Amino acid sequence: MMPRITMDEVLRVAHLARLEFDDTEIEVFTYHLGEILDYIGKLNELDTTDVPPTSHVLPVCNVIKTDKAWDSYAREVVLENAPSAEEGHFKVPKVID
Amino acid sequence: MNSKYETVIGLEIHAELATESKLFCRCKVGFGAEANTQTCPICLGMPGVLPVLNERALEYTIRAALALNCEIPPYSKFDRKNYFYPDLPKGYQISQLHLPFSQNGYVEFDLERERKKVGITRVHLEEDAGKLVHTGVSNSSNMSYVDFNRSCIPLIEIVGEPDLRSPAEAIAYMRAVKEILEYVGVSHCNMEQGQLRADLNVSLRPRGSSEYGTRTEVKNMNSFRSILAALEYEVERQAQVLDSGGSVEQETLLFDEERGITMSMRNKEEAHDYRYFPEPDLVPFEIDATWVEQLRSDLPELPLQRRERLQREYGLSADDALALAATRQMADYYEACVSLSGQAKECANWVRGDLSALLNETGQTIELCRATPQHLADMLSLIQSGAISGKIAKTVLEKMFHTGRDAKSIVEAEGLTQISDEDQIAAIIDDVIDSHPGPADDVRNGRLKAIGFLVGQVMKATQGKANPRLVNELLRAKLLG
Repeated sequence: MMPRITMDEVLRVAHLARLEFDDTEIEVFTYHLGEILDYIGKLNELDTTDVPPTSHVLPVCNVIKTDKAWDSYAREVVLENAPSAEEGHFKVPKVID
Repeated sequence: MNSKYETVIGLEIHAELATESKLFCRCKVGFGAEANTQTCPICLGMPGVLPVLNERALEYTIRAALALNCEIPPYSKFDRKNYFYPDLPKGYQISQLHLPFSQNGYVEFDLERERKKVGITRVHLEEDAGKLVHTGVSNSSNMSYVDFNRSCIPLIEIVGEPDLRSPAEAIAYMRAVKEILEYVGVSHCNMEQGQLRADLNVSLRPRGSSEYGTRTEVKNMNSFRSILAALEYEVERQAQVLDSGGSVEQETLLFDEERGITMSMRNKEEAHDYRYFPEPDLVPFEIDATWVEQLRSDLPELPLQRRERLQREYGLSADDALALAATRQMADYYEACVSLSGQAKECANWVRGDLSALLNETGQTIELCRATPQHLADMLSLIQSGAISGKIAKTVLEKMFHTGRDAKSIVEAEGLTQISDEDQIAAIIDDVIDSHPGPADDVRNGRLKAIGFLVGQVMKATQGKANPRLVNELLRAKLLG
């Protein structure tokens, strides 16, 4: 049987999620993720021809708020959570755009 | 442009919606506030917070979609678009991929007297990102600075079909979309403030081919001038690549305004791996068809229809209609003037001419203009009755514009009433002839061009108040017998 997920795929997903693993970890995760996919794969045994796609697990629709503005948080409070801040801004390593 | 190739352009237009509060939280939407003073845990993407949709943003999205002739499906949901960038605090943007609020629309507009129709794939709703600041903050050479005031402002994305065949057509399309959004009042569309921006998809194909060539995407353009420049550059660049036997690479580009060139932006291997999935923090939406019909019937007359009606009802030229219906407020103002004065052509001339010039000079908008349609109509009736000349009316309009006083009281207070008394004018004409014997003789000897000079002198002597028609008649009578 084809493995459900390859090491390359795991590496790629890890890269997209900005996660770094060593070779052993990648091997372990590939194995674990494969097992999870096997388990979920059971669902494929069901005939879902007449079942509409589910886009949310809650049987609730149309949750909305009125368009009224409230006070925002004070800037000092907001910037307390910043890894680095200067002159009222969040400070991050230079990005070129 | 090389005529071997056909240009294919499609635009993705982003417009910020003119709501009071943000899309998923209660922070105020406003331009120009101090950095990071309009944020809260929701728009900063703190763990554990839950977004709730702003009902007006939903209504504006549907309204815009209807004005762009879209279908509104009965069921919609949001999706999560995953990517890392410092202006995106959650690490994902809440957007719509599958089941957007609208699809399959179109826009019609005229370009050089020709009717164009461009398909709209979809109009969907998403949150705006924060803003990266590279200048104006100290030490900005090594670091970037982030202002999250813009984070989570409601944004509609209008995805257009690749139906545009030239940069000029793309500009006309974008203008048409902007006008429509302004007419239906869902966005202020201030491009300098980034409220209206476009991504440009450009490709070339051999003329006659029905397959599309490889396209490039120029991101985040917010002025018509740079959109035109970027499109023209990109079309030329791709033509050269193809001419030299190369192939265009699919990539995301940025336009360098100063150098006038496009440049590759980010690693394309990653660029399109957004791993969309249904947004678990927001429940789906069932859109009530009765509500949609209500919104449809509440739509105002749209620019194209209004221009056609202005031409039909008032006998205006296409140029007049184009200018007067550029905004809904301008067209409303014009029609109010016509209904008060009954002078369609005169109103068009004054609104397009002197009034627009005054608005441009002062940077005012017509809806706040102190010279009201009633003022303008009164002024026109003073011209019609001969009480003031057209030339004096220019002064009157300027004073109405700056003071908000009505035409009649300005004319009376400033002594601007036209002089139509023949004896009074004849006396002034005698003075002018006496002091300018040369030109007077010229006229007597049949060199009629000189009459203009003499008329001018009479007008000058009366500060423009003499009735020009009478001056002309009397001068001719006196000199030519």
